[in-house]
Amino acid sequence: MTPLLEVRNLKKYFKTRYGLLHAVDDVSFTLDRGKTLGVVGESGCGKTTLGRTVLHLTEPTDGQIFFEGRDIMYPKKRELRKLRENMQIIFQDPYSSLNPRMTVSEAIMEPLILRGGMSNDEMLAETRKLMDTVGLASRFENSYPHELDGGRRQRIGIARALALKPKFIVCDEPVSALDVSIQAQIINLMLDLQEEFGLTYMFVTHDLSVVKYISDEIMVMYLGQVVEKAPSDELFANTLHPYSKALLSAIPIPNIHKKRKRILLRGEITSPVNPKPGCRFMARCDYAREECNEPQVLEESSPGHFVACCRYKEIMTS
Amino acid sequence: MDEKLLEIRNLAVEYHTDEAVVYAVNNVNLTVKKGETIGLVGETGAGKTTIARSILRILPPPTARIVSGEILFNSTDLLKLSEKEMQKVRGNKIAMIFQDPMTALNPIETVGFQIAEAIQRHNKITHFEAEKRACDMLEMVGIPMERYSEYPHQFSGGMKQRVVIAMALSCNPELLLADEPTTALDVTIQAQVLDMMESLKKRLGTSVVLITHDLGVVADTCDSVAVVYAGEIVERGTVEHIFDFAAHPYTLGLFGSLPQLDSKERRLKPIKGMMPDPTNLPPGCRFYERCPEAIKECAEAPPPDVEVAPGHTVKCIRVKGDAA
Repeated sequence: MTPLLEVRNLKKYFKTRYGLLHAVDDVSFTLDRGKTLGVVGESGCGKTTLGRTVLHLTEPTDGQIFFEGRDIMYPKKRELRKLRENMQIIFQDPYSSLNPRMTVSEAIMEPLILRGGMSNDEMLAETRKLMDTVGLASRFENSYPHELDGGRRQRIGIARALALKPKFIVCDEPVSALDVSIQAQIINLMLDLQEEFGLTYMFVTHDLSVVKYISDEIMVMYLGQVVEKAPSDELFANTLHPYSKALLSAIPIPNIHKKRKRILLRGEITSPVNPKPGCRFMARCDYAREECNEPQVLEESSPGHFVACCRYKEIMTS
Repeated sequence: MDEKLLEIRNLAVEYHTDEAVVYAVNNVNLTVKKGETIGLVGETGAGKTTIARSILRILPPPTARIVSGEILFNSTDLLKLSEKEMQKVRGNKIAMIFQDPMTALNPIETVGFQIAEAIQRHNKITHFEAEKRACDMLEMVGIPMERYSEYPHQFSGGMKQRVVIAMALSCNPELLLADEPTTALDVTIQAQVLDMMESLKKRLGTSVVLITHDLGVVADTCDSVAVVYAGEIVERGTVEHIFDFAAHPYTLGLFGSLPQLDSKERRLKPIKGMMPDPTNLPPGCRFYERCPEAIKECAEAPPPDVEVAPGHTVKCIRVKGDAA
């Protein structure tokens, strides 16, 4: 079976005054139907750009994107429009991603109007159904976003994304702006929807405990590149890349009996403008050696577990 | 260690707006011992920041009113001090770190100057000496002093937060109020900043009130915890008690909502519903509507603080004093 989405050597460079900013640099992955790919990394690692590039919200610089086996790298305008029915996005900030002058039902109906082909009554019925699906009470139909709390606003965002019955949704930090108790409600909703509609998610986040929870496979990004990719449990059980190790050890665990040793990273993320060909994590890595100046390739350490570090074997045994 | 540094008694704060009165903090009692780190945990709008701001008396003036209560700091009631006396406390005896380091710094002054300014404000020393101490402070938080004359925009988020911490600690305060100091930072940077705060705290003996919504951060850094819900402290105890023997249904709900790294379960257990409207609080328990354990009596009168173990109190009539 062809995977739902296949991305090969995707690149997105931005021109800046100081040179080329490598936001996404040579990223490849495949995503099967009904699965969730988690993309994690810190601010500026290119995870959001990756999601947006896949959807053609920003035009990719180079590479290949296949959706259901079809090459969608350079779609025509009309094709793109058709494509977007199948590929949707949920944004991070439910406070700024909604039009403040549209009521809840107007906002949810908007995608239906844009697609066309439905009568007003049909659209209204569909909107009500969507509100029900995402757990928005019908009394909010004529409310404006500012009257609602973050959790409800995010439900509007989800309803909008679902309106055209997409197959694939990029979720860009959908719960990061929400309180934990609300966050749990939204995550459960997203899991239910995935089951009900067979959705495929690309879940972009910096919150590692959330990503482990929701993903089948996780990709760790650093400065535009994938440094490690593995099935969710495998990544947490057998972390190989020094950056992923530091990242996982930095998550504060709400348990006082499991004090782990934090791996403290030196310094901060370096500039993605005109990066050197070698390992991008080198400057902060405790294991850096001469050979790290060479470009790093993703190597399969065990079935399905990829790591881009030339020293991972030595590190593993040490 | 057992000496009381700060004692808040029956604090109540209201915000008066044109439409309604917001009951932000209601009858809060809280004690901070010398050298202790206490975590104030709760959701957005629970009143955590309002409590911290009341201690420094920096609530927005026309709308916010401290209706009742006492805030005893080294046995003086801060609420009775004149504005002039209060200025000697702010930044000097009690300092605060704000959530967003991007807006806490003045964009048109160098970071070094901003730290030196705080030092000179509270100490009778020359500008030269203040500069020297500012340099020391920068080094202490891990910023090379060559960066003294740089502007905030030249620093990354984590570095800015270090500058803010340097500024807050520059006068050796006895109490540090840290309002979500690492929420805006990435996890690896958060780990650096928490680690640094921990070692500075040990060195300087500062007491810390850490406001956060992240129970992971609390487990890592705090000695005791106060859980805030709808303007009240619903549970209070040592970090061991709260994490091992949490008794209030809200605290239990918070723990249940967290995705656990080592859990195999496919569903989270969120708390149903939402926090009550602070302009229209229910007469009984504030958590009544969302509580899985609620009984009729819960809605009738505000629940008392029940001491389930020494130093561990729970605002709930459903827990028994001897149950723990």
